Amino acid sequence: MDALRIDLEIVTPERLVVSETVDEVVLPGSDGSLGVLPGHAPLLTGLSAGELWYRAGGRTRYLVVSGGFAEVLAHRVSVLAAACERSEEIDVEGAREDRERARADLVRPGAGGAEVARAGERLRHAEARLAVAKRGAGAGP
Amino acid sequence: MAKTRDLKRRIRSIRNTMQVTRAMKMVSAAKLRRSQERIVAARPYARRMLEVLRSLASRARPGAHPLLAVREERRIDLVVITADRGLCGSFNTNVYKTAVAFLAERDGREVRLRVVGRKGRDRFRRDRAPIAAERTDLFRALSYGTAAELAGELMGAYAAGETDGVYVAYNEFKSMIQQRPVVERLLPIERWELAPGETAHDYLYEPEPESLFAELLPRHVEVQVFRALLESVAAENAARMAAMDSATSNAADLIDSLTLKMNRVRQASITTEIIEVVSGAEALG
Repeated sequence: MDALRIDLEIVTPERLVVSETVDEVVLPGSDGSLGVLPGHAPLLTGLSAGELWYRAGGRTRYLVVSGGFAEVLAHRVSVLAAACERSEEIDVEGAREDRERARADLVRPGAGGAEVARAGERLRHAEARLAVAKRGAGAGP
Repeated sequence: MAKTRDLKRRIRSIRNTMQVTRAMKMVSAAKLRRSQERIVAARPYARRMLEVLRSLASRARPGAHPLLAVREERRIDLVVITADRGLCGSFNTNVYKTAVAFLAERDGREVRLRVVGRKGRDRFRRDRAPIAAERTDLFRALSYGTAAELAGELMGAYAAGETDGVYVAYNEFKSMIQQRPVVERLLPIERWELAPGETAHDYLYEPEPESLFAELLPRHVEVQVFRALLESVAAENAARMAAMDSATSNAADLIDSLTLKMNRVRQASITTEIIEVVSGAEALG
């Protein structure tokens, strides 16, 4: 194994999304964005809905995760997400609809605290999907 | 002559049935392959999840979490996973029988039945068993989201103290030719012990282990429900494939024996005619 690289694995319950050797990963940690380089200290972190990107060779790929958690070891990063899409797989129309629906739910009168929190999470996810889709289309970071 | 015509008609009708069963067998085989692939695809996630949970369980003091709390079992929920459709041999009956036997063992406890699949629902209805919740048409577009929703209901009931144990009865997919009905306990969650010699990674945690653990436990239950549903789908397709395969070969056997019978009858009638002609000619001579 190359000592200066990381084996990145991103899995969801439905499929294995990514299994690649990469140079750098940036995760949407639950306490903020989190960059991982080879040799990172072992870390277990929650993830919030947001953008994840990694660099392998000269190429940067963007993905969106819906929250979950990640295990970081010196030369291995495993991401377990409820859902994950590559930028080119994102259904932009669907994400826009989700965003509108989440926004409506967020201000719905009579919604309980848990419902509002869920709507907020959905809104974050939809916005991240749209942002990542745009990135993938070539706008660059 | 009427007899041969009847036989011919029966053969034709059996041949039609055979075409249908053969087509269903092909379709089930294709579906089985897809459902097997989904089981395989779900494995890496489940495996990683368990590794991390085991490692966390040894760090966090997990006693406090409501999904781990063990109570005296007075009320239980039983989820029975059956199929929406029949024509799959003893698939639905087997899981039904297993569920009934399980409940008989736990006589005296208050039971809430949650039935997945039209076949199971109809069967329990016929018994006039009280069904607390039912879900049909779940399998046509089965996703992790559906499983998570179902798991959420179960966890909600357990955390609220409405029930002291949640069990799932389903058909486990053993192999192409074998399905085994099983009952597994979903809640409270089994405690994890590190295997001897296994050491937990010394992680940094973000956020602290307790809240990570609390975050992960529901995901674990969702994965268990998802797996049970996937297994059941694969087992259903395998059972239907086997049932249709034997139906097809039974039909072929039936056609063979009817064809033989038809030929015999035809031969006998020809023989009779010849004898009539010959004896008529002799009488004249």
